[in-house]
Amino acid sequence: MQSSAALEYDYSVAKLYMWTAVIFGIVGMTIGVLIASQLAFPELNYLFGEYGTFSRLRPVHTNVVIYGFTVSGIFATFYYSAQRVLKVSMGESKLLNGLGYLQFILYLIAATGLVVSELMGITASKEYAQMEWPLDVLIVVIWVLWGVIMFGLIGMRREKALYISMWYYIACFLGVAMLYLFNNMEVPTIFFSGGVGAWYHSVSMYAGTNDALVQWWWGHNAVAFVFTVPIIAIIYYFLPKESGQAVYSYKLSLLSFWGLMFVYLWAGGHHLLWSTVPDWMQTMGSVFSVVLILPSWGSAINMLLTMKGEWNQLTENPLIKFMVLASTFYMLSTLEGPIQAVKSVNAIAHFTDWIPGHVHDGVLGWVAFMIFAALMHMATRAFKREIYSKSLLEAQFWIQTTGVVLYFTSMWIAGITQGMMWRAVDEYGNLMYSFIDTVSVLHPYYTIRAIGGLLYLIGVFMFAYNFLMTATAGRKLEQEPQFRSPMA
Amino acid sequence: MFHWLEKNPFLFSVGVFIVIAFAGLVEILPNFAEASRPIKGLKPYTVLQLAGKEVYKKDNCIACHSQLIRPFKSETDRYGKYSLSGEYAYDRPFLWGSKRTGPDLHRVGNYRTPDWHANHMWDPKSVVPDSIMPAYKHQFKNVADMATAYAEAVTVKKVFDTPYGDEIQPGKAAFEKYYKSVALPEALKIAKAMKNKDVLAMVQQGKIPEIVALVAYLERLK
Repeated sequence: MQSSAALEYDYSVAKLYMWTAVIFGIVGMTIGVLIASQLAFPELNYLFGEYGTFSRLRPVHTNVVIYGFTVSGIFATFYYSAQRVLKVSMGESKLLNGLGYLQFILYLIAATGLVVSELMGITASKEYAQMEWPLDVLIVVIWVLWGVIMFGLIGMRREKALYISMWYYIACFLGVAMLYLFNNMEVPTIFFSGGVGAWYHSVSMYAGTNDALVQWWWGHNAVAFVFTVPIIAIIYYFLPKESGQAVYSYKLSLLSFWGLMFVYLWAGGHHLLWSTVPDWMQTMGSVFSVVLILPSWGSAINMLLTMKGEWNQLTENPLIKFMVLASTFYMLSTLEGPIQAVKSVNAIAHFTDWIPGHVHDGVLGWVAFMIFAALMHMATRAFKREIYSKSLLEAQFWIQTTGVVLYFTSMWIAGITQGMMWRAVDEYGNLMYSFIDTVSVLHPYYTIRAIGGLLYLIGVFMFAYNFLMTATAGRKLEQEPQFRSPMA
Repeated sequence: MFHWLEKNPFLFSVGVFIVIAFAGLVEILPNFAEASRPIKGLKPYTVLQLAGKEVYKKDNCIACHSQLIRPFKSETDRYGKYSLSGEYAYDRPFLWGSKRTGPDLHRVGNYRTPDWHANHMWDPKSVVPDSIMPAYKHQFKNVADMATAYAEAVTVKKVFDTPYGDEIQPGKAAFEKYYKSVALPEALKIAKAMKNKDVLAMVQQGKIPEIVALVAYLERLK
């Protein structure tokens, strides 16, 4: 993984995605804090008329953080690191670089279209697949362009063996392509209605239980192929690069990769426990969810052991802090998920706030921490400048960590409390609580969660400022740093 | 051991694809035909109810409400009979939801009335004092998109053989005829039961506000 001095890498597309990651991060998480606050203080629903209710804004939040922030982070790291591990520059092919710009422009159009359509209430309504068919078509084009660029770079490569990060980027590309296509099969109504009705409206190819099955095959594996697989690609590149340590075990990375690929897809059924899908599928979902601990922890342990003998870096380098804690949150989250997938636990946990709690220790603690660390590492190389402020990074780390902990602990308590109250019966076997009792009791936890989210958001603003200053005012670097990113 | 594979991106990608596609083939396909059969006596949604379902989607009720009663005594006591696969046969998309910030709605038509819904959507606190649900007053002003709902009925009739009668035909003329002779009278009945003067006046003028469509849909959930 030595950088070759002869090759001048072209980061122009990577830089564009770095900026959108920062901007979408701010937008998505600001909306997140607003909707978290609405649950604690419902008056906040009326700030923007019909466009400001919790229900309208929730998909805006999820879509902006997933398809805006996270996917920008994935593309930024891909356009940066793929060149380096393949030993080929984007600048060597005018065509690929041009397609990169085109992909970025289409991506911006799609992301904007998605936000506007969700605010308008134009939605296919399947979670994390809300886009109506015109946006779906656009997204397929963007994805195909990414594939062309990826395999184009691979075709031109000088380093014959694909590094581990490339395995995961390829898997991300293939997995999302397959899942997205099948889940979004829909029939535009305008083609059949003889000119009646809205042109963008469609109906799902699948009905009822089948629709649910396909949707959660997607929903669960979108988590796999957007929040897990490419983020592992990121950590496999950036942790060794930042620390100067070789990956601990090649065999462990092999086992984890193929294990994750095979097992993850089966586990989607755990979103449908106790529903009307057949029992055997539910059981498969549960069983494979538990097996999933192995490949997940395999990657995480491989990363932690990469730091073996170099733990002093944890105290000295905030970027290492972010990445090591991210790995640890990944372990927490991938243990918590299987626990929730056990049928008896799921009977209590499903439909409660424990689920968003689980999601957020994964996305805030693992996904976003990795993206922050990678963005800062890339900034020093792409802008050829020193990181503007180390102390700001340190402060951000501790504020955000506190925020995450407040978030998931309050949601654990809220979820389990509500799950238990829904099923509580008195001595005669009658339900003890009306539904509204189980809502009112959550007020303090909703408040704590909103505070946790606010702390995290403050950290995002600190990061954005630090990133902006690094790119524009950081001390110029004469030479590209080999490992540790220099910071003031 | 696998080094050769990592030097051959094409075979590598094929390998990954087979490994990830496998589970979907084994898990999803076998049950497909069986799970979509409607239960006996299930009728497709009327166009007004479909328009209500669109309002349900537009204001994203599934962010907080499920439509899936699990087979536990605590749930059947609270919401009614547990949900069956065949009840969802005409649901495109399914609207089970994944979070219950508010209660389940799969059988809400059994225990709430149109005027209760009208009061609740106008001001939730007027019927449930501690409610944290926002008011949806804009549904009383916005006109429901009946044309798109009609287009949906035409499409599912043609593409999926959903059993609609001859009154559902493509084209603007057919839609206008249906609107006047079927949809408006149906809406009028709901509007009267809602006991809201403004809503009733609007329907009598030939316009169907979103709230009427939504209530028609909620009434159908039984």
